[in-house]
Amino acid sequence: MPYAIELRDISKRFGAVQANKDICLQVPAGTIHGIIGENGAGKSTLMSIIYGFYEADTGHIEVDGKRVEIRNSQDAITAGIGMVHQHFMLVDTFSVLENVILGAEGGALLKGGVAAARVELQRLANEYSLDIDVDAIVEELPVGLQQRVEILKALYRGARILILDEPTGVLTPQEADHLFRILKALKDQGVTILLITHKLREIMASTDNVSVMRQGEMVAHRETAHTSKEELAELMVGKKVRLTVDKDDAKPQDVLLSAQNLSQFDSQGVKRLKNVSLTLRAGEILGIAGVSGNGQSELLNVLSGITPMDEGEIHFAGQVINAKSPRDAAQMRDLKMAHVPEDRHKMGLVTGFEAYEAAVLGYHNSLAYNGKILMNRKAMLDECNERMAAWDVRPPNPHLKTANFSGGNQQKIVIAREVEQNPEVLLIGQPTRGVDIGAIENIHEQIVKLRDAGKGILLVSVELDEIMALSDRIVVMFDGAVVGELDAKDADERTLGLMMANAHNKEQEGEEQEGVSA
Amino acid sequence: MSQAKVPAWVNLALIPFLNVFLAFLVSGLVILAIGENPLEAAGYLIYGAFGYDEGIGYTLYYATNLIFTGLAVSVAFKGGLFNIGGEGQAYIGGLGVGLICLSLDNTMPLYVIAPLAILGAAAFGAAWGYIPGYLQARRGSHIVITTIMFNFIASSLMVYLIVNWLKEDGRMAPNSRTFEENAWLPYLHEVLSPLGIDIGSSPLNLAFIWALLCCVFVWGLIWHTRWGYQLRTLGTNPTAARYAGIDTAKVTIWAMLISGGLAGFVGLNEIMGVNHSLLLNFTAGYGFAGIAVALMGRNHPIGIILAAILFGALYQGGAELAFEIPSITPEIVVVIQGLVILFSGALEHMLKDRIEGFFIRKAVA
Repeated sequence: MPYAIELRDISKRFGAVQANKDICLQVPAGTIHGIIGENGAGKSTLMSIIYGFYEADTGHIEVDGKRVEIRNSQDAITAGIGMVHQHFMLVDTFSVLENVILGAEGGALLKGGVAAARVELQRLANEYSLDIDVDAIVEELPVGLQQRVEILKALYRGARILILDEPTGVLTPQEADHLFRILKALKDQGVTILLITHKLREIMASTDNVSVMRQGEMVAHRETAHTSKEELAELMVGKKVRLTVDKDDAKPQDVLLSAQNLSQFDSQGVKRLKNVSLTLRAGEILGIAGVSGNGQSELLNVLSGITPMDEGEIHFAGQVINAKSPRDAAQMRDLKMAHVPEDRHKMGLVTGFEAYEAAVLGYHNSLAYNGKILMNRKAMLDECNERMAAWDVRPPNPHLKTANFSGGNQQKIVIAREVEQNPEVLLIGQPTRGVDIGAIENIHEQIVKLRDAGKGILLVSVELDEIMALSDRIVVMFDGAVVGELDAKDADERTLGLMMANAHNKEQEGEEQEGVSA
Repeated sequence: MSQAKVPAWVNLALIPFLNVFLAFLVSGLVILAIGENPLEAAGYLIYGAFGYDEGIGYTLYYATNLIFTGLAVSVAFKGGLFNIGGEGQAYIGGLGVGLICLSLDNTMPLYVIAPLAILGAAAFGAAWGYIPGYLQARRGSHIVITTIMFNFIASSLMVYLIVNWLKEDGRMAPNSRTFEENAWLPYLHEVLSPLGIDIGSSPLNLAFIWALLCCVFVWGLIWHTRWGYQLRTLGTNPTAARYAGIDTAKVTIWAMLISGGLAGFVGLNEIMGVNHSLLLNFTAGYGFAGIAVALMGRNHPIGIILAAILFGALYQGGAELAFEIPSITPEIVVVIQGLVILFSGALEHMLKDRIEGFFIRKAVA
């Protein structure tokens, strides 16, 4: 029996970067095939080739044993390939039905197409048990259901091969579990699924076969049943790695930072932060767990002085900070609060700057970098050289544009900048997002080292593994509020997952749970 | 991810050259279409701009205005602000110069008037830039809209002031009285002739030297001061600027003050250097041409000087061309200028990606 999809010697080069090299892949029909690799390993490029965003330089693709030419996404759809993007391609203000028929309206007038689509959608929903209210407006749906719309969109276009790119990044563990149940159901109906991820747990839990990519090459194919997390991790990075962090028990000292009833409204008047209270002691790592978008970013911004709070107060460095007496980001830095922001591209760096310039962002007024009138370029360069050596930033070239460093090295530049200022409190958001495994280990070690030096660290991460590995105490946020706190020793994935979905409190029933239980 | 490097000269020299070359190629077709010989026309244009001392003087005199407005646009642009109001700021800057000259030329020597006129040009231009800057920073009004509107306001205001208050009695034209000679910025040919250097007589005056000093000032300000660092941070990544604790509103307002001040120096060249009286419409579109100059000069002072000289040459050579070949009207010259702006500004990316791709492939191979 021919393979549902087969890649033969696919190569793709962008300028000097060989993104894909001689990729071969065979996916039997009706299986879930995982593709795993670090960021930058070439997974997304490969999927973009299959879906027609890019054309391969050499090699070809076969679907059901027949060679196909895929030059654009329309060709891919014709060949029966559908894609669920990491960032959904949905029109928020349209209904589910309108989104599904978008680009396949079937005529200038909507009426006939809509009626036909309604019937077809009902059939698909029944066949694959993908229940959804087709008249709901997309932006009002929880993320898990929005993703379901994406899947329906692909199926409606006749997809028999479904590509999912990092599908669980935005989901709670429960929503993710539900997604995998859907994928199993699709598989039972004969749909072939390609699952792109960098999460080993998902590969182990849901796939039949797995292929590992490293630096643009396919380095291994395994049957999932005959491999292990450890082997896959090793194949991904090419060396043995630990998935845990070595650290002693925390010895918490005095309270460094305390926040009481912090609230913040966005420009539309929506309350994004709801009466958040927490304390951070010297010598501990306080982890903030939560699904992305539940107030963690707002908390970091308010604590660091980037956005003013509307209610509540912060006690820090002997000062009381509230809405009447706010501090801006520069003043908070002067009080020795450092901040590694969640998004280094949007916030932590100026990617058009040379590395030595980006390495003083926020501290550019410091006497160390300034002469009387002009900035002291030599001091900045010397320091940047030293730090690049100490933090193993590659390439160690202070004149390279920040954008041209890899994610891990960019993150090292940011963390080095903040940590080397010897802060009392470090706020750190998503410290290892988009960072490869080798660098993750290094970054985690630095965070623990700072804790052991008696500093207070507030860690925000959407990676549960990271929260559990690093934190001494864990606070869970949901919908802008703190919904629970527990000692790291008592935390496990299930408990945290339920708290993150706010499903652990029976009295707090709400529509929020739809994504989990529907 | 490491990227193959494109040699710097490709971006800085080759691509602008090819863009200008293409513009002239199409201009040649236009001239061919009206039945003239493009090569002959090009000859007149180049000779007019660079062929003799007076021609060069005129070219540099035009370039002086364009350097000021080009710098003005680029300072604002480095902070992410699109200042379309150079025209109005230059106009009002000229008012500042004129008022200083008119009130002091009977009593004070040049070395008192000149610094005060520089301050006057800067202060008045800056004030005209301040209002849109303030509105953008504190009230959220879009700078493009407000600066455009302020061009019209400046224009009306100047007509009112000159016609009703500053016009010399008994004069038919809406001009102020001519300044006394001690309020004239010396011509460069006058300054150089005692040294035995003869550059031919042209309106080129000391404002040109001031323009070059301004280039040095802007270069140091943007790339070597704290303020410039904050400006560039704001211009490339406003979120990072807020994260870094930069007072973005203050930087925005200061960027517009400096931008407006630089544009105001056009008044120095035109009012104090050449016309020696306050008159209407002396800005003649230099504020708008400054946008093209900044764009083509990649917002860098060196680039701006080169682009300003190119445009100055088009002004001067174009005038010569229209004079020598009557069927090529001044409007055709404007078409040629427009083509240069089109190819080097709007169509900048047409060649860029291909040429860069070519050099990357070459570097890899």
